[in-house]
Amino acid sequence: MPKINRDRYTPIDPAPSLWSYRLLRLMLSPYLRRLVFYGVPALLMIAVGMLNLTNEHRRENALTTYNEMKIFVTERPEFMVNLMSLRGASDSVMQDIREVVPIDFPVSKFDLDLDHMRQIILSLDPVKEADVRVRFGGVLQVDVVERVPAFLWRRDNGLEVLDETGIYLRTVASRLQYGDLPLIAGEGADAQVAQAKQLFVASKPLKDRLRGLVFIGERRWDVVLDKGQRLMLPEENPVLALERVIALDQAEELLTRSVEVVDFRLKNRPTLQLRSGAMKEFREIKLMQLGQIK
Amino acid sequence: MTDLYQKQRLMRAMRKAAMQRGVIAVLDVGTTKISCLILRFDAVNLNDEGDGVGSISGHSGFSVIGSATTASRGVGFGEVLSMRESERAIRTALQSAQKLANIRVDHVIACFSGGKPRSYGIAGETNVLNQVVAEQDIARVLAACDVPDYGDGREVLHAQPVNFALDDRSGLADPRGQLGERLSTDVHMLTVDEKVIRDLAYCVKRCDLELAGVASSSYASAVSSLVEDEQELGAACIDIGGGATGVSIFLKKHMIYFDSVRLGGEHITRDISMGLQVPIATAERIKTINGGLLATGMDDRDMIEVRGETGDWEHDRRLVSRTELIGIMRPRVEEILEEVRSHLDAAGFEHLPSQQIVLTGGSSLIPGLDGLASRILGQQVRLGRPLRIHRLPQAYSGPTCSSIVGLSLFAAHPQDEWWDFEMQSEGYPTRSLKRAVRWFKENW
Repeated sequence: MPKINRDRYTPIDPAPSLWSYRLLRLMLSPYLRRLVFYGVPALLMIAVGMLNLTNEHRRENALTTYNEMKIFVTERPEFMVNLMSLRGASDSVMQDIREVVPIDFPVSKFDLDLDHMRQIILSLDPVKEADVRVRFGGVLQVDVVERVPAFLWRRDNGLEVLDETGIYLRTVASRLQYGDLPLIAGEGADAQVAQAKQLFVASKPLKDRLRGLVFIGERRWDVVLDKGQRLMLPEENPVLALERVIALDQAEELLTRSVEVVDFRLKNRPTLQLRSGAMKEFREIKLMQLGQIK
Repeated sequence: MTDLYQKQRLMRAMRKAAMQRGVIAVLDVGTTKISCLILRFDAVNLNDEGDGVGSISGHSGFSVIGSATTASRGVGFGEVLSMRESERAIRTALQSAQKLANIRVDHVIACFSGGKPRSYGIAGETNVLNQVVAEQDIARVLAACDVPDYGDGREVLHAQPVNFALDDRSGLADPRGQLGERLSTDVHMLTVDEKVIRDLAYCVKRCDLELAGVASSSYASAVSSLVEDEQELGAACIDIGGGATGVSIFLKKHMIYFDSVRLGGEHITRDISMGLQVPIATAERIKTINGGLLATGMDDRDMIEVRGETGDWEHDRRLVSRTELIGIMRPRVEEILEEVRSHLDAAGFEHLPSQQIVLTGGSSLIPGLDGLASRILGQQVRLGRPLRIHRLPQAYSGPTCSSIVGLSLFAAHPQDEWWDFEMQSEGYPTRSLKRAVRWFKENW
């Protein structure tokens, strides 16, 4: 006779006990729930962290481990930068850049502050634009656009090279280095290079005789020619005045005569200043023509 | 009456509070199962009295977020028989529903089918004070209703004004604002044993919840399984549950009659158990799997294996034909339906414009019930299923759950009851208010 398990149908009471039911309801109240599931673990974690950090030895250990891990990642060969490639700069500028951006290669890509480096390179005078990036293959690529020298500016302490916007590039000892650049002088001339350029363009017919431009009193230009001649231009519309002088010269050969200064400062009253002794010479010639020479 | 009024008002206030919180539980304490749904209300315009939107519009504002069903214990005929057992069963249902919903619920609306419900049609008549019917007039006409002596130890479960008449015009749903002199009303009142409500309230209180409303489960299942036309034109919902069968008659969207037969599916199971000499659990299984009501020749050859655990091999290994099973089940079902028929006759169901009969409840799943019912009850019989409510689990869409679904609808969109109207100011003694408070303190 098979054994019959008479307990098989003993119903298992599925009902929760009163206290487990109350506990469930308690845990379902939203604030307590959040406290238990988020607040208490967070507090515990903070407490454990604080306890760990109070021990100096452990703190150091943690810091070292952190640094080691950081180095392990950042100094992988994929992230290393091995050399710097400069493009678009002349030799001297290249030298300067290498001096202001001293990097001990190889260096990790994460340790390079490209923006800062770019600012440093841009702070060099001859550099107009700079683009610094890390190229594939661990090359620090620096692309530089240099400023183009446009003027020589004679100052008390030497000759300065300016670009066409009047920004200082470098100081040179002699003019020979930039013989083909137009020369300007006078305080504040660098702020008016645009006008100077216009004047140089307008004075093309006088190119052979032109020595340079002088900015007088930080407001107007003088055109200095050889043989000590000087054209004083007004503050307003100097180019027009210069063109008038050139027109006069071409019509009447004004500048071949013994005129020392052509003063166009007042538009309505141009003045000529003759060379010393020229008046006397003129009179003698006149008298000779009249036959009254003794 | 005032006492009752206060209690119901308190429950109503609690229900409103629960709605404001947005979460409420509905609990169906049945004889075979106890189920619980947790509803979340998301719309705020639930309490607007906009009729004409459609009486089933209430279920748009809530969704089911938790559900649980457990086998009922300690409940018989829809009443609590053993307090401890049923408390544990209720706790099981409430706990798993709350766990599933992952939310804590504090208010519960419960329904039950027992308590020997009796329905009364009462009428009241009064003069309209200022020609135009105001809220106060309705309160007065309701107060003027001559309440029958429904006996000691009885409690009013529903008291719904089903009809208002103003002078010679009858059939007004809402007479407020209309002109007239003489206002009369018909109220349908349903009373149950007070003890049943108290027991239920005690069980719910032991689960740390507050009872925010009670309803008759047959009323609730009628709300969910009668479609709007049927409610309007007249229909009877027969909710054949485990221990009791409820008969509710609807006309003009109001319940006008209610009665219950203290017979149900459990009696069928008992009959099978006795007839086949098998345990109740086996009988229940045989009933649900192989049960039927209309025998065919095929059923003679359809042998059902009856398993037993008695140890007697011959006894445990019997084969029973399905015809035999049907022969056991059918008389009992016929008896239930005959009882229902007599209640319907007593209520004058044949005078209704439409005589649709809707069968619902767990026992309506017996195959062939609609055929048998149409022979006994009349031609217009259909099997009812509850309405779909938002996010109701699939397992709850059958007729077994029509009362819990109906209770959800009832919670979301309750019909106006007597106590929903403002009370007459003169009938407001503080003594009874105190008594009501004391009653609550003692019992809830």
